[in-house]
Amino acid sequence: MEFNAIYVIVAREFKKFVREKSRLISAIARPLVWLFLVGAGMSRLVAPVGGVSYMQFIFPGILGMTILFSSMFSSISIIWDKEFGFMKEILVAPVSRTSIVMGKALSGTIISTIQAVIVLALFPFLGLKLGILNIIGVILICTTVSFSISAFGIVLATFYESYESFSVIMNFIIMPMFFLSGAMYPVKLLPEILKFIAKLNPLTYGVDALKHAISPLATGPMGPDFNVFIDIGVIIAMSVVFVLMGGKAFERKG
Amino acid sequence: MPIIKVENLVKKFGNVTAVNDVSFNVEEGTIFGFLGPNGAGKTTTINILCALLSPTSGKASIDGHDCAKESALVRKSIGIVFQDTTLDKDLTAEENLIFHAYLYNVEKSERQKRVDDALKFVDLFGRKDDLVKKFSGGMKRKLEVARGLIHRPKVLFLDEPTLGLDPQSRTNLWEFITELPKKHNVTIFMTTHYMEEAEVCNDIAIIDNGKIIAGGSPAELKKIIGGDVIYLKTKDNLKAVDEVKKALNVDASVKDGEIFISTIKGDACIPDIIRTLGDSVLSVRLQRPTLNDVFLKLTGKAIREDESSGADTIKEEVRAYRRRHQS
Repeated sequence: MEFNAIYVIVAREFKKFVREKSRLISAIARPLVWLFLVGAGMSRLVAPVGGVSYMQFIFPGILGMTILFSSMFSSISIIWDKEFGFMKEILVAPVSRTSIVMGKALSGTIISTIQAVIVLALFPFLGLKLGILNIIGVILICTTVSFSISAFGIVLATFYESYESFSVIMNFIIMPMFFLSGAMYPVKLLPEILKFIAKLNPLTYGVDALKHAISPLATGPMGPDFNVFIDIGVIIAMSVVFVLMGGKAFERKG
Repeated sequence: MPIIKVENLVKKFGNVTAVNDVSFNVEEGTIFGFLGPNGAGKTTTINILCALLSPTSGKASIDGHDCAKESALVRKSIGIVFQDTTLDKDLTAEENLIFHAYLYNVEKSERQKRVDDALKFVDLFGRKDDLVKKFSGGMKRKLEVARGLIHRPKVLFLDEPTLGLDPQSRTNLWEFITELPKKHNVTIFMTTHYMEEAEVCNDIAIIDNGKIIAGGSPAELKKIIGGDVIYLKTKDNLKAVDEVKKALNVDASVKDGEIFISTIKGDACIPDIIRTLGDSVLSVRLQRPTLNDVFLKLTGKAIREDESSGADTIKEEVRAYRRRHQS
């Protein structure tokens, strides 16, 4: 592993992220729209269960969404780098493929976590009471989930050559991942076939872990679906698998 | 001591053979020109030398390191300027170079100095804080050459360095490139399909359809032509060729709609030709041999004529093959 290379890959992404104000604004606007437009509307239809309102129920899911979109976009920038040639500059350098994947995954992790923390700051407006330990727990989970989704995005990005494929990824991967993650409705209430797909979705376990951290006492449909240790175990295992897969995918030579 | 050694290199993409049994050596500190039409196998050869592609068979080495097996060492000792720009347009000139310095693990104490020197070398120091997207094509290309030198490579690859540049920036870039071996103690390996640009090379290899068809210094290659060339257009080229051959005992043939006569003393030969053919002569021009003539003589076609047809089909096939085998 080349730490200078990892550092500079992260620094480049971060610099570009800070420079593109519109990207940050739209990244923050999306969760707000879902939380306050969809969430507020649905609250009229869905009564609170066990002291958890619908807006409170979807809050972990909205954090998950923030992470999903920003980690995926960050990783998909690999396709842009390929299209505009910059990836070649990285690939001809004496840098191992694992370092490149680590650099890209860490970029996605940092950028997503920052956005998730901004969204997390809204919790008092939803009537949630989080102690300092809950907040630290939420941030740690966000970081791990960001890393695993970024690594997943990198594996995905290695399969695509041009940015036309972007809308395919958006419609057929990112949106279904969001809806089948337990973000908007509990996994346990899904029909069997969808429940099965939800269990294969890496984001499901992230959202579930966030539910544990945000509403630890909630039970029933508004509560978490899985054991918190299973959630964390799956997230970590997936991070490792996706990073290794990404490294392998980058090594392929024609 | 040759710094680049290529022996019997072969690269196949499916049933397309892009590089077919290619061998050559490049001496340290020289400018080596790799010439050929688009799709001849130049870029594929470069990609193998840069350890981006593995060869189907054969051997390539740079500075004693095997390109297929010691890719990390090979990558450390080379710099590359690709055909298409590989700068990040959303970063500044300086940021692009800093990125490179980190990527190649340039020592911390050296980093800023080397970046500043590189920017000064290409006269872009004053614009170091401008985003690269504001730069012209010529400026970008120079910045890329400067970037390629930051880690002090032994060999600098330039793949069609002047492609897409206007004539003025092209001349400008050439002056700059010819100074590199002395100033930076680097060997230049460049490809081009502009024959006139290859005149600055110490050595040249001409590649066509994946095979090396000639090699040597520009002067040696021009000897293949055997002196001057007279281009002649007449009312009936085929008939005129026979007449000229019979009357003057010279080597003449019709290529690309012109009669192509190679002779030792061209200027003295023209009056004889006109006397022989009389009224049927439409135009005559005398040319001292260029590398373009060499290519024409060796392959029977001008180097740029099949740019759009055959070459692009091969490129397309290669791309399609690589896409299939990557995903």
